[in-house]
Amino acid sequence: MNLTLKIWRQKNANDKGKMVDYKVNDISPDMSFLEMLDVLNEQLVNKGEEPVAFDHDCREGICGMCSLYINGEAHGPDRGVTTCQLHMRMFKDGDTIYIEPFRAKAFPVIKDLIVDRSSFDRIQHAGGFISVNTSGNTIDANAIPVNKHDADDAFSAATCIGCGACVASCKNSSAMLYVGAKVSQFALLPQGKIEATDRVLNMVKQMDEEGFGNCTNTGACEVECPKGISLENIARMNREYLSAALKG
Amino acid sequence: MSGILNSSIGRKFAMALSALFLMIFLLQHFTINLLSVFSEDTFNSVSHFMGTFWLVQYVFQPILIFGVIFHFVMGFVLEVKNRNARQISYAKNNGSANSSWMSRNMIWSGLAILAFIGLHFYDFWFPEINTKFIQGDMSGLLPNGEYRYFEELQHKFVDVWRVVLYCIAFVFLALHLLHGFSSAFQSTGANNKYTKGLQGFGKAYAIIIPLGFVFIALFHYFNH
Repeated sequence: MNLTLKIWRQKNANDKGKMVDYKVNDISPDMSFLEMLDVLNEQLVNKGEEPVAFDHDCREGICGMCSLYINGEAHGPDRGVTTCQLHMRMFKDGDTIYIEPFRAKAFPVIKDLIVDRSSFDRIQHAGGFISVNTSGNTIDANAIPVNKHDADDAFSAATCIGCGACVASCKNSSAMLYVGAKVSQFALLPQGKIEATDRVLNMVKQMDEEGFGNCTNTGACEVECPKGISLENIARMNREYLSAALKG
Repeated sequence: MSGILNSSIGRKFAMALSALFLMIFLLQHFTINLLSVFSEDTFNSVSHFMGTFWLVQYVFQPILIFGVIFHFVMGFVLEVKNRNARQISYAKNNGSANSSWMSRNMIWSGLAILAFIGLHFYDFWFPEINTKFIQGDMSGLLPNGEYRYFEELQHKFVDVWRVVLYCIAFVFLALHLLHGFSSAFQSTGANNKYTKGLQGFGKAYAIIIPLGFVFIALFHYFNH
Protein backbone atom coordinates (compact mmCIF):
# COMPACT_ATOMS: atom_id res chain seq x y z
CA MET A 1 0.00 0.00 0.00
CA ASN A 2 1.16 3.51 -0.79
CA LEU A 3 -0.20 6.17 1.55
CA THR A 4 -0.14 9.90 2.15
CA LEU A 5 0.10 10.81 5.82
CA LYS A 6 -0.88 14.19 7.19
CA ILE A 7 0.78 14.31 10.60
CA TRP A 8 0.72 16.95 13.33
CA ARG A 9 4.29 18.09 14.01
CA GLN A 10 5.08 20.23 17.04
CA LYS A 11 8.64 20.67 18.36
CA ASN A 12 7.64 21.21 21.98
CA ALA A 13 4.81 22.37 24.23
CA ASN A 14 5.38 26.01 23.29
CA ASP A 15 5.63 25.48 19.53
CA LYS A 16 2.57 26.42 17.45
CA GLY A 17 2.68 23.17 15.45
CA LYS A 18 1.33 22.32 11.99
CA MET A 19 0.20 19.45 9.78
CA VAL A 20 3.00 18.04 7.60
CA ASP A 21 2.56 15.69 4.61
CA TYR A 22 4.58 12.48 4.25
CA LYS A 23 4.52 9.63 1.72
CA VAL A 24 5.04 6.02 2.77
CA ASN A 25 5.30 3.21 0.23
CA ASP A 26 5.09 -0.60 0.28
CA ILE A 27 3.14 -0.76 3.53
CA SER A 28 1.85 -4.27 4.29
CA PRO A 29 -1.87 -4.53 5.15
CA ASP A 30 -0.84 -6.87 7.98
CA MET A 31 1.24 -4.21 9.71
CA SER A 32 -0.10 -2.52 12.79
CA PHE A 33 -0.60 1.24 12.58
CA LEU A 34 2.35 1.82 14.89
CA GLU A 35 4.56 -0.42 12.75
CA MET A 36 3.63 1.75 9.78
CA LEU A 37 4.75 4.79 11.78
CA ASP A 38 7.97 2.92 12.62
CA VAL A 39 8.58 2.53 8.86
CA LEU A 40 7.98 6.25 8.37
CA ASN A 41 10.38 7.10 11.19
CA GLU A 42 13.08 4.87 9.69
CA GLN A 43 12.70 6.78 6.43
CA LEU A 44 12.95 10.10 8.27
CA VAL A 45 16.01 9.04 10.28
CA ASN A 46 17.74 7.78 7.12
CA LYS A 47 17.10 11.20 5.54
CA GLY A 48 18.49 12.94 8.62
CA GLU A 49 15.11 14.34 9.64
CA GLU A 50 13.50 14.35 13.09
CA PRO A 51 11.32 11.23 13.57
CA VAL A 52 7.69 11.63 14.55
CA ALA A 53 7.25 11.33 18.34
CA PHE A 54 4.34 9.15 19.43
CA ASP A 55 3.39 7.25 22.60
CA HIS A 56 3.48 3.46 22.79
CA ASP A 57 4.47 0.75 25.22
CA CYS A 58 2.94 -2.74 25.38
CA ARG A 59 1.66 -2.78 21.78
CA GLU A 60 -0.99 -5.32 22.77
CA GLY A 61 -3.88 -3.06 23.81
CA ILE A 62 -3.42 -3.23 27.57
CA CYS A 63 -1.22 -0.37 28.76
CA GLY A 64 -3.30 2.55 27.42
CA MET A 65 -0.16 4.38 26.31
CA CYS A 66 -0.81 4.67 22.58
CA SER A 67 -3.23 7.36 21.55
CA LEU A 68 -3.57 9.13 18.15
CA TYR A 69 -6.60 10.65 16.49
CA ILE A 70 -6.66 8.89 13.13
CA ASN A 71 -8.88 10.12 10.30
CA GLY A 72 -11.11 11.92 12.77
CA GLU A 73 -11.48 9.12 15.34
CA ALA A 74 -9.62 8.17 18.51
CA HIS A 75 -7.58 5.00 17.83
CA GLY A 76 -8.76 5.10 14.21
CA PRO A 77 -11.73 3.65 12.35
CA ASP A 78 -11.80 0.16 13.93
CA ARG A 79 -13.92 -0.58 17.03
CA GLY A 80 -12.79 -2.00 20.37
CA VAL A 81 -9.09 -1.59 19.62
CA THR A 82 -6.27 0.71 20.61
CA THR A 83 -4.00 2.26 17.98
CA CYS A 84 -1.42 -0.49 18.46
CA GLN A 85 -4.11 -3.08 17.60
CA LEU A 86 -5.26 -1.16 14.52
CA HIS A 87 -4.13 -2.83 11.32
CA MET A 88 -3.33 -1.21 8.01
CA ARG A 89 -5.90 -3.47 6.34
CA MET A 90 -8.47 -0.97 7.63
CA PHE A 91 -7.15 1.45 4.98
CA LYS A 92 -6.94 1.33 1.20
CA ASP A 93 -4.04 1.81 -1.16
CA GLY A 94 -3.73 5.49 -2.05
CA ASP A 95 -5.55 6.71 1.09
CA THR A 96 -4.70 9.97 2.81
CA ILE A 97 -4.59 9.48 6.58
CA TYR A 98 -4.81 12.32 9.09
CA ILE A 99 -2.85 11.62 12.28
CA GLU A 100 -3.28 14.06 15.16
CA PRO A 101 -2.69 14.07 18.91
CA PHE A 102 -5.63 13.70 21.33
CA ARG A 103 -6.93 17.24 21.64
CA ALA A 104 -8.04 18.69 24.98
CA LYS A 105 -6.97 21.60 27.13
CA ALA A 106 -6.36 19.06 29.92
CA PHE A 107 -4.12 16.99 27.57
CA PRO A 108 -1.47 19.52 26.46
CA VAL A 109 0.78 18.43 23.59
CA ILE A 110 4.35 17.71 24.71
CA LYS A 111 5.79 16.93 21.29
CA ASP A 112 4.28 15.92 17.92
CA LEU A 113 1.66 13.28 18.76
CA ILE A 114 2.53 12.88 22.44
CA VAL A 115 0.18 14.49 24.97
CA ASP A 116 0.49 14.88 28.72
CA ARG A 117 -2.26 12.75 30.28
CA SER A 118 -1.10 13.24 33.88
CA SER A 119 -4.42 14.99 34.59
CA PHE A 120 -5.86 11.44 34.71
CA ASP A 121 -3.24 10.48 37.30
CA ARG A 122 -4.19 13.47 39.46
CA ILE A 123 -7.87 12.45 39.29
CA GLN A 124 -6.87 8.95 40.43
CA HIS A 125 -4.79 10.39 43.28
CA ALA A 126 -7.83 12.40 44.39
CA GLY A 127 -9.82 9.28 45.25
CA GLY A 128 -9.35 6.36 42.88
CA PHE A 129 -8.27 3.92 45.56
CA ILE A 130 -9.39 2.10 48.70
CA SER A 131 -7.66 2.29 52.06
CA VAL A 132 -6.78 -1.15 53.42
CA ASN A 133 -5.05 -2.13 56.64
CA THR A 134 -1.90 -3.91 55.50
CA SER A 135 -0.32 -4.34 58.93
CA GLY A 136 -0.92 -8.07 59.04
CA ASN A 137 -4.65 -8.06 59.81
CA THR A 138 -5.76 -7.71 56.20
CA ILE A 139 -8.97 -9.55 55.43
CA ASP A 140 -8.74 -11.73 52.34
CA ALA A 141 -10.76 -9.98 49.64
CA ASN A 142 -12.24 -13.32 48.61
CA ALA A 143 -13.73 -13.74 52.10
CA ILE A 144 -16.16 -10.86 51.44
CA PRO A 145 -19.20 -12.02 49.42
CA VAL A 146 -19.93 -9.91 46.34
CA ASN A 147 -23.08 -10.09 44.24
CA LYS A 148 -22.16 -11.62 40.84
CA HIS A 149 -23.88 -8.86 38.87
CA ASP A 150 -22.01 -6.16 40.82
CA ALA A 151 -18.73 -8.04 40.48
CA ASP A 152 -19.18 -8.26 36.71
CA ASP A 153 -20.05 -4.57 36.39
CA ALA A 154 -17.13 -3.57 38.62
CA PHE A 155 -14.80 -5.71 36.54
CA SER A 156 -16.12 -4.19 33.29
CA ALA A 157 -15.51 -0.70 34.69
CA ALA A 158 -12.03 -1.73 35.83
CA THR A 159 -11.06 -2.70 32.28
CA CYS A 160 -10.67 1.03 31.53
CA ILE A 161 -7.00 1.50 30.58
CA GLY A 162 -7.08 5.28 30.94
CA CYS A 163 -5.97 5.93 27.36
CA GLY A 164 -8.03 9.12 27.06
CA ALA A 165 -9.92 8.16 23.87
CA CYS A 166 -13.14 9.22 25.62
CA VAL A 167 -11.80 12.74 26.14
CA ALA A 168 -10.40 12.92 22.62
CA SER A 169 -13.67 11.76 21.03
CA CYS A 170 -16.00 13.92 23.10
CA LYS A 171 -16.89 17.18 21.41
CA ASN A 172 -16.68 18.76 24.87
CA SER A 173 -13.41 17.05 25.91
CA SER A 174 -15.26 15.57 28.86
CA ALA A 175 -13.54 12.96 31.04
CA MET A 176 -16.77 11.63 32.54
CA LEU A 177 -16.51 8.14 31.03
CA TYR A 178 -13.03 7.70 32.51
CA VAL A 179 -13.99 9.10 35.93
CA GLY A 180 -17.32 7.24 35.81
CA ALA A 181 -15.47 3.96 35.25
CA LYS A 182 -13.00 4.64 38.06
CA VAL A 183 -15.78 5.65 40.47
CA SER A 184 -17.90 2.65 39.48
CA GLN A 185 -15.22 -0.03 39.86
CA PHE A 186 -15.02 0.83 43.57
CA ALA A 187 -18.58 1.97 44.24
CA LEU A 188 -19.96 -1.42 43.22
CA LEU A 189 -17.80 -3.40 45.65
CA PRO A 190 -18.13 -3.60 49.45
CA GLN A 191 -14.48 -2.61 49.86
CA GLY A 192 -15.12 0.62 47.97
CA LYS A 193 -18.32 1.67 49.68
CA ILE A 194 -16.59 2.92 52.85
CA GLU A 195 -14.92 5.85 51.09
CA ALA A 196 -17.54 6.22 48.35
CA THR A 197 -18.77 9.69 49.36
CA ASP A 198 -15.37 11.34 49.56
CA ARG A 199 -14.12 9.47 46.51
CA VAL A 200 -16.72 10.73 44.07
CA LEU A 201 -16.69 14.28 45.44
CA ASN A 202 -12.90 14.52 45.28
CA MET A 203 -12.50 12.87 41.88
CA VAL A 204 -15.19 15.05 40.26
CA LYS A 205 -13.69 18.16 41.89
CA GLN A 206 -10.26 17.27 40.49
CA MET A 207 -11.77 16.48 37.08
CA ASP A 208 -13.35 19.94 36.97
CA GLU A 209 -10.15 21.64 38.12
CA GLU A 210 -8.19 19.96 35.32
CA GLY A 211 -10.32 21.79 32.75
CA PHE A 212 -12.23 18.92 31.16
CA GLY A 213 -15.57 19.84 29.57
CA ASN A 214 -19.11 18.90 30.59
CA CYS A 215 -20.72 15.70 29.34
CA THR A 216 -23.67 16.27 27.02
CA ASN A 217 -24.41 12.56 26.54
CA THR A 218 -23.50 12.34 22.86
CA GLY A 219 -22.24 8.79 23.52
CA ALA A 220 -19.14 9.26 21.33
CA CYS A 221 -16.90 8.17 24.22
CA GLU A 222 -18.64 4.80 24.57
CA VAL A 223 -18.38 4.12 20.82
CA GLU A 224 -14.69 5.00 20.60
CA CYS A 225 -13.60 3.42 23.90
CA PRO A 226 -11.23 0.52 23.07
CA LYS A 227 -12.51 -1.37 26.11
CA GLY A 228 -16.22 -0.74 25.55
CA ILE A 229 -16.77 1.10 28.83
CA SER A 230 -20.51 1.75 29.08
CA LEU A 231 -22.34 5.05 29.57
CA GLU A 232 -24.00 3.34 32.54
CA ASN A 233 -20.84 4.24 34.44
CA ILE A 234 -21.47 7.95 33.87
CA ALA A 235 -25.06 7.57 35.11
CA ARG A 236 -23.79 5.70 38.18
CA MET A 237 -21.24 8.44 38.86
CA ASN A 238 -24.00 11.06 38.52
CA ARG A 239 -26.09 9.18 41.11
CA GLU A 240 -23.11 8.71 43.41
CA TYR A 241 -22.16 12.37 43.11
CA LEU A 242 -25.65 13.80 43.65
CA SER A 243 -26.21 11.52 46.61
CA ALA A 244 -22.79 12.42 48.10
CA ALA A 245 -23.28 16.15 47.50
CA LEU A 246 -26.71 16.11 49.18
CA LYS A 247 -25.22 14.29 52.18
CA GLY A 248 -22.88 17.28 52.41
CA MET B 1 -26.52 23.25 47.12
CA SER B 2 -24.49 26.11 45.54
CA GLY B 3 -21.53 23.72 45.60
CA ILE B 4 -23.47 21.27 43.46
CA LEU B 5 -24.19 23.94 40.84
CA ASN B 6 -20.49 24.79 40.66
CA SER B 7 -19.63 21.25 39.61
CA SER B 8 -19.91 19.79 36.11
CA ILE B 9 -22.30 17.06 37.27
CA GLY B 10 -24.42 19.52 39.25
CA ARG B 11 -24.77 21.80 36.24
CA LYS B 12 -25.84 18.98 33.95
CA PHE B 13 -28.28 17.75 36.61
CA ALA B 14 -29.82 21.24 36.83
CA MET B 15 -29.92 21.40 33.04
CA ALA B 16 -31.71 18.04 32.96
CA LEU B 17 -34.27 19.06 35.61
CA SER B 18 -35.12 22.25 33.73
CA ALA B 19 -35.41 20.22 30.51
CA LEU B 20 -37.78 17.69 32.13
CA PHE B 21 -39.87 20.55 33.50
CA LEU B 22 -40.06 22.20 30.06
CA MET B 23 -41.03 18.90 28.45
CA ILE B 24 -43.94 18.55 30.89
CA PHE B 25 -44.98 22.12 30.09
CA LEU B 26 -44.75 21.38 26.36
CA LEU B 27 -47.11 18.43 26.76
CA GLN B 28 -49.60 20.61 28.63
CA HIS B 29 -49.32 23.39 26.00
CA PHE B 30 -49.84 20.84 23.21
CA THR B 31 -52.90 19.34 24.93
CA ILE B 32 -54.58 22.75 25.25
CA ASN B 33 -53.70 23.75 21.68
CA LEU B 34 -55.09 20.45 20.40
CA LEU B 35 -58.46 21.36 21.94
CA SER B 36 -58.68 24.19 19.38
CA VAL B 37 -58.93 21.57 16.63
CA PHE B 38 -61.88 19.80 18.22
CA SER B 39 -63.89 22.48 20.00
CA GLU B 40 -63.73 26.27 19.83
CA ASP B 41 -65.76 26.63 23.03
CA THR B 42 -63.66 24.21 25.06
CA PHE B 43 -60.46 25.85 23.83
CA ASN B 44 -61.80 29.27 24.81
CA SER B 45 -62.89 28.10 28.27
CA VAL B 46 -59.59 26.37 29.06
CA SER B 47 -57.57 29.31 27.69
CA HIS B 48 -59.57 31.75 29.81
CA PHE B 49 -59.06 29.59 32.88
CA MET B 50 -55.30 29.33 32.25
CA GLY B 51 -55.07 33.06 31.54
CA THR B 52 -56.90 34.21 34.66
CA PHE B 53 -56.48 31.57 37.39
CA TRP B 54 -54.15 33.07 40.01
CA LEU B 55 -52.16 29.88 40.59
CA VAL B 56 -51.30 29.61 36.88
CA GLN B 57 -50.66 33.33 36.41
CA TYR B 58 -48.71 34.18 39.54
CA VAL B 59 -47.09 30.88 40.51
CA PHE B 60 -46.74 28.55 37.50
CA GLN B 61 -46.04 31.26 34.92
CA PRO B 62 -43.09 32.84 36.79
CA ILE B 63 -41.68 29.34 37.43
CA LEU B 64 -42.03 28.58 33.73
CA ILE B 65 -40.29 31.81 32.71
CA PHE B 66 -37.50 31.07 35.18
CA GLY B 67 -37.23 27.53 33.79
CA VAL B 68 -36.96 28.77 30.20
CA ILE B 69 -34.37 31.44 31.04
CA PHE B 70 -32.39 29.04 33.25
CA HIS B 71 -32.32 26.36 30.54
CA PHE B 72 -31.05 28.75 27.88
CA VAL B 73 -28.54 30.58 30.08
CA MET B 74 -27.15 27.30 31.44
CA GLY B 75 -27.01 25.94 27.89
CA PHE B 76 -24.86 28.87 26.80
CA VAL B 77 -22.66 28.65 29.91
CA LEU B 78 -22.02 24.94 29.27
CA GLU B 79 -21.36 25.58 25.56
CA VAL B 80 -18.74 28.24 26.36
CA LYS B 81 -17.08 26.02 28.97
CA ASN B 82 -17.07 23.05 26.60
CA ARG B 83 -15.58 25.02 23.72
CA ASN B 84 -12.92 26.28 26.09
CA ALA B 85 -12.01 22.70 27.02
CA ARG B 86 -10.60 22.14 23.49
CA GLN B 87 -8.72 25.17 22.30
CA ILE B 88 -7.26 23.61 19.13
CA SER B 89 -9.71 21.84 16.84
CA TYR B 90 -8.93 18.66 14.94
CA ALA B 91 -7.88 19.05 11.31
CA LYS B 92 -10.18 16.11 10.59
CA ASN B 93 -13.02 15.08 12.90
CA ASN B 94 -15.45 12.31 12.00
CA GLY B 95 -18.18 13.07 14.54
CA SER B 96 -20.86 11.20 12.60
CA ALA B 97 -18.94 7.95 13.16
CA ASN B 98 -19.77 7.90 16.85
CA SER B 99 -22.64 10.25 17.64
CA SER B 100 -25.88 11.61 16.24
CA TRP B 101 -26.17 14.98 14.52
CA MET B 102 -28.79 15.97 17.10
CA SER B 103 -26.50 15.31 20.04
CA ARG B 104 -23.65 17.32 18.51
CA ASN B 105 -25.77 20.32 17.57
CA MET B 106 -27.99 20.96 20.57
CA ILE B 107 -26.77 24.55 20.75
CA TRP B 108 -27.94 25.26 17.15
CA SER B 109 -31.33 23.58 17.52
CA GLY B 110 -31.62 25.38 20.87
CA LEU B 111 -30.86 28.74 19.26
CA ALA B 112 -33.49 28.10 16.59
CA ILE B 113 -36.02 27.32 19.34
CA LEU B 114 -34.97 30.48 21.22
CA ALA B 115 -35.60 32.55 18.07
CA PHE B 116 -38.99 30.87 17.72
CA ILE B 117 -39.87 31.65 21.35
CA GLY B 118 -39.10 35.32 20.55
CA LEU B 119 -41.59 35.18 17.66
CA HIS B 120 -44.11 33.26 19.76
CA PHE B 121 -43.90 35.81 22.59
CA TYR B 122 -44.34 38.63 20.04
CA ASP B 123 -47.38 36.84 18.62
CA PHE B 124 -49.14 35.74 21.81
CA TRP B 125 -47.50 36.43 25.14
CA PHE B 126 -46.74 40.17 24.83
CA PRO B 127 -50.26 41.02 23.50
CA GLU B 128 -51.72 38.87 26.29
CA ILE B 129 -49.72 40.71 28.98
CA ASN B 130 -50.65 44.04 27.38
CA THR B 131 -54.38 43.22 27.35
CA LYS B 132 -54.52 41.85 30.88
CA PHE B 133 -52.02 43.84 32.90
CA ILE B 134 -51.55 47.14 31.01
CA GLN B 135 -55.05 47.69 29.65
CA GLY B 136 -56.49 45.87 32.66
CA ASP B 137 -58.96 43.80 30.62
CA MET B 138 -59.27 40.44 32.37
CA SER B 139 -62.62 39.59 30.76
CA GLY B 140 -61.12 37.62 27.84
CA LEU B 141 -63.94 38.92 25.68
CA LEU B 142 -64.13 40.58 22.28
CA PRO B 143 -66.36 43.67 21.76
CA ASN B 144 -69.04 41.29 20.39
CA GLY B 145 -69.12 39.47 23.73
CA GLU B 146 -67.42 36.29 22.53
CA TYR B 147 -64.17 34.91 23.93
CA ARG B 148 -61.11 36.24 22.06
CA TYR B 149 -58.70 33.28 22.41
CA PHE B 150 -59.76 31.11 19.45
CA GLU B 151 -60.12 34.20 17.25
CA GLU B 152 -56.58 35.34 18.16
CA LEU B 153 -55.17 31.88 17.52
CA GLN B 154 -56.68 31.58 14.05
CA HIS B 155 -55.70 35.14 13.16
CA LYS B 156 -52.02 34.27 13.68
CA PHE B 157 -52.15 31.43 11.18
CA VAL B 158 -53.51 33.44 8.26
CA ASP B 159 -50.06 34.42 6.99
CA VAL B 160 -48.44 31.52 5.13
CA TRP B 161 -44.90 32.64 6.01
CA ARG B 162 -45.69 32.62 9.73
CA VAL B 163 -47.06 29.09 9.37
CA VAL B 164 -43.88 28.05 7.51
CA LEU B 165 -41.72 29.61 10.25
CA TYR B 166 -43.70 27.78 12.93
CA CYS B 167 -43.33 24.46 11.08
CA ILE B 168 -39.55 24.94 10.68
CA ALA B 169 -39.27 25.77 14.38
CA PHE B 170 -41.08 22.55 15.27
CA VAL B 171 -38.62 20.56 13.16
CA PHE B 172 -35.80 22.05 15.26
CA LEU B 173 -37.82 21.28 18.38
CA ALA B 174 -38.08 17.64 17.28
CA LEU B 175 -34.32 17.47 16.63
CA HIS B 176 -33.63 19.03 20.05
CA LEU B 177 -35.96 16.61 21.82
CA LEU B 178 -34.66 13.54 19.97
CA HIS B 179 -31.43 13.88 21.93
CA GLY B 180 -32.64 15.96 24.86
CA PHE B 181 -35.24 13.57 26.24
CA SER B 182 -32.99 10.56 26.86
CA SER B 183 -30.05 12.83 27.69
CA ALA B 184 -32.01 14.43 30.53
CA PHE B 185 -32.65 11.03 32.12
CA GLN B 186 -28.99 9.98 31.71
CA SER B 187 -27.89 13.23 33.41
CA THR B 188 -30.07 12.54 36.42
CA GLY B 189 -28.37 9.15 36.75
CA ALA B 190 -31.38 7.19 35.53
CA ASN B 191 -29.70 4.52 33.44
CA ASN B 192 -31.25 1.19 34.31
CA LYS B 193 -33.53 -1.56 33.01
CA TYR B 194 -36.11 1.06 32.01
CA THR B 195 -33.64 3.04 29.89
CA LYS B 196 -34.46 1.36 26.56
CA GLY B 197 -38.18 1.86 27.14
CA LEU B 198 -37.61 5.49 28.10
CA GLN B 199 -35.51 6.05 25.00
CA GLY B 200 -38.32 4.64 22.85
CA PHE B 201 -40.88 6.80 24.64
CA GLY B 202 -38.56 9.81 24.24
CA LYS B 203 -38.28 9.28 20.50
CA ALA B 204 -42.07 8.98 20.21
CA TYR B 205 -42.51 12.14 22.31
CA ALA B 206 -39.90 14.02 20.24
CA ILE B 207 -41.71 13.23 17.00
CA ILE B 208 -45.40 13.20 18.01
CA ILE B 209 -45.49 16.49 19.96
CA PRO B 210 -43.77 18.70 17.34
CA LEU B 211 -45.69 16.95 14.56
CA GLY B 212 -48.88 17.65 16.50
CA PHE B 213 -48.01 21.35 16.74
CA VAL B 214 -47.36 21.39 12.96
CA PHE B 215 -50.75 19.76 12.42
CA ILE B 216 -52.49 22.39 14.59
CA ALA B 217 -50.79 25.25 12.70
CA LEU B 218 -51.70 23.77 9.32
CA PHE B 219 -55.25 22.99 10.49
CA HIS B 220 -55.90 26.60 11.38
CA TYR B 221 -54.19 27.87 8.22
CA PHE B 222 -56.49 25.79 6.02
CA ASN B 223 -59.62 26.38 8.12
CA HIS B 224 -59.54 30.06 8.99
